[in-house]
Amino acid sequence: MVDSGLYGAVPSTPLLKDELDIVIPTIRNLDFLEMWRPFFQPYHLIIVQDGDPSKTIKVPEGFDYKLYNRNDINHMLGPKASCISVKDSACRCFGFLVSKKKYIFTIDDDCFVAKDPSGKEINALEQHIKNLLSPSTPFFFNTLYDPFREGADFVRGYPFSLREGITTAVSHGLWLNIPDYDAPTQLVKPLERNTRYVDAVLTIPMGTLFPMCGMNLAFNRELIGPAMYFGLMGDGQPIGRYDDMWAGWCSKVICDHLALGVKTGLPYIWHSKASDPFANLRKEYNGIHWQEEMVPFFQSVKFPKGCTTVQKCYIELSKQVKARLGKLDPYFNKLADSMVTWIEAWDEFNPSENMGAATAEVPNGPAQGK
Amino acid sequence: MSLNIEDNEVDIVIAALRSDLTAFMEKWRPFFSRFHLIIIKDPDVEEDLQIPPGFDHQVFTKSDMAQILGATSINFTGHSCRYFGYLVSHKKYIISIDDDCLPARDNAGTLVDAVAQHIVNLKTPATPFFFNTLYDPFCKGADFVRGYPFSLRNGVECVLSCGLWLNIADYDAPTQVVKPNDRNVRYVDAVMTVPVRALMPVSGINFGFNRELLGPALLPGLRLAGEGKERWETMEDIWCGLCTKVVCDHLGLGVKSGLPYVWRGDGVDVRGAMDSLKREWEGVKLMEEIVPFFQSVRLPSTAVTAEDCVIEMAAMVKEQLGPLNPVFASAADAMVEWVKLWKAVGSQGA
Repeated sequence: MVDSGLYGAVPSTPLLKDELDIVIPTIRNLDFLEMWRPFFQPYHLIIVQDGDPSKTIKVPEGFDYKLYNRNDINHMLGPKASCISVKDSACRCFGFLVSKKKYIFTIDDDCFVAKDPSGKEINALEQHIKNLLSPSTPFFFNTLYDPFREGADFVRGYPFSLREGITTAVSHGLWLNIPDYDAPTQLVKPLERNTRYVDAVLTIPMGTLFPMCGMNLAFNRELIGPAMYFGLMGDGQPIGRYDDMWAGWCSKVICDHLALGVKTGLPYIWHSKASDPFANLRKEYNGIHWQEEMVPFFQSVKFPKGCTTVQKCYIELSKQVKARLGKLDPYFNKLADSMVTWIEAWDEFNPSENMGAATAEVPNGPAQGK
Repeated sequence: MSLNIEDNEVDIVIAALRSDLTAFMEKWRPFFSRFHLIIIKDPDVEEDLQIPPGFDHQVFTKSDMAQILGATSINFTGHSCRYFGYLVSHKKYIISIDDDCLPARDNAGTLVDAVAQHIVNLKTPATPFFFNTLYDPFCKGADFVRGYPFSLRNGVECVLSCGLWLNIADYDAPTQVVKPNDRNVRYVDAVMTVPVRALMPVSGINFGFNRELLGPALLPGLRLAGEGKERWETMEDIWCGLCTKVVCDHLGLGVKSGLPYVWRGDGVDVRGAMDSLKREWEGVKLMEEIVPFFQSVRLPSTAVTAEDCVIEMAAMVKEQLGPLNPVFASAADAMVEWVKLWKAVGSQGA
């Protein structure tokens, strides 16, 4: 950890421009990229075009990007394309699959640059990189939040053996303006805006689940990529707007098992568009009921010995989904099958990667008997 | 929900480790004056306390304590004197702030009413079973986010509210020595529930709790062999907080952390910190045993009150930690003794 007090300048955050892809799902144009240009231009963009493939998506000039539409997805994956959702932003995970980079940042096309309380524009990508490159501390809660931020540290009582932390796999950012509420809450509070800038990043404790929003999210693809499957949503499916929730629960239980860290908090983006709450209600209806079972399911997931890689954990998870959630609704059998398909596709596109094996042994893990 | 604070619901307990409380109390007057104050004079302080007029307060000195407690093996000197205040209070809520802390200012420059914020934290539910990414959903302008199960949205009763500190943060001695000029200037505008099974270091500098429900769970247990008057020379609050969190997790009660902030201290006595370092390596080493122990505690389903939980934990401490260091055996004894005192003195009347 750098002692900024002694040596003055805090080292600047590396750009990682050759190690990070930005994945954007879209059905409209990408004008929003103009605002992000100062921060995004150095990077390669993977654009996943949902909806009608014959529509041309306009990308502002000067960006290095590759665009995939439904035809590309079908062509590249063949029968395995069935695991990629149609008419839902869940299709973004196709971008994770085909990327060759170590890190992914994914953002929705209605998310703009936010300003911090001093009026300065927030470079969300830079903050995500800071989050991913500094350790997480899931085994003991630090009351001053992220101890690796400038101006903070571990508080009195924090065991020294836990102060190295563990590698961060996921950085979950937040949103000012339109908050990410579910449909019922949107209907009751249509005018509520999130105006509170909470100047904190924190590690989500081991064993704690959270609702992961895919609007402003970054992760270490090498460490946790295969777990970032956004499920079967949208067209032909009985559920929508639970894609990121599903990926969040799956990836968190796997991160907990493999001792990888998940952070939430900064950076904020400015969420500009409120989706139609009535449409959302229809999409979420089953999800709202099913989450009452899904959450307890994930809270009780245990991985047997031998689940030492992300893929192995994920396949095991798919079996447990089938066994325990299948009776809730046949949808979960389909979902479990598509989870397996996803891993097959992942391994096909990423043959030399051996994900998670290096993290099997953890020097600073929790005590036995936990 | 009603967030009216009834004056007769709250006691403010102050451990007076210094005799002149004038500046402290004048600065806190706008926020303290409507409540009853229990001021415990550290038995090691010799001079009479100086307290400005206009406060409804009661002072307890060494002789008062001896009269009420009789003979006891618990050492109520230093920061631990405040526990005596918890014992003699009859109120539902207790707020406790160190006597070297003053009201802080928020990002808008307004003085923070730490007492009111603790009460708000304690009177609104906690949500320990699932993390809300927008932090406290009961705060104005916030709510539960998409994906938060509706069955968990009622929350549970919050019984412990852990506040924070601007300026001199609550660091241990090694950190103070390495970073003597660091000041905590970041005002994080959030309260959040500490999730179930997540343990944390609770700082005694600025907190509030529900005395009715937690009762004897806030206890003077661990006293370092070389315990001193500086915060970095104590572990009593850390030990107490770990016990309390385990009890809360077991009983399905909530713990919050975050706002309010207080403004702490003027400077760091680096020489003092270095001296402490030579003596207090003990506390830092002990945490390595303490944390895994508390992470492994599983209380039986027969333990249904805070008191039951404390007795169970005391036995576990004696058995598992006792052999490692005599301070742990003493802590276990203190926990049992504390429950006895609580039954004799603490649970009287309301």
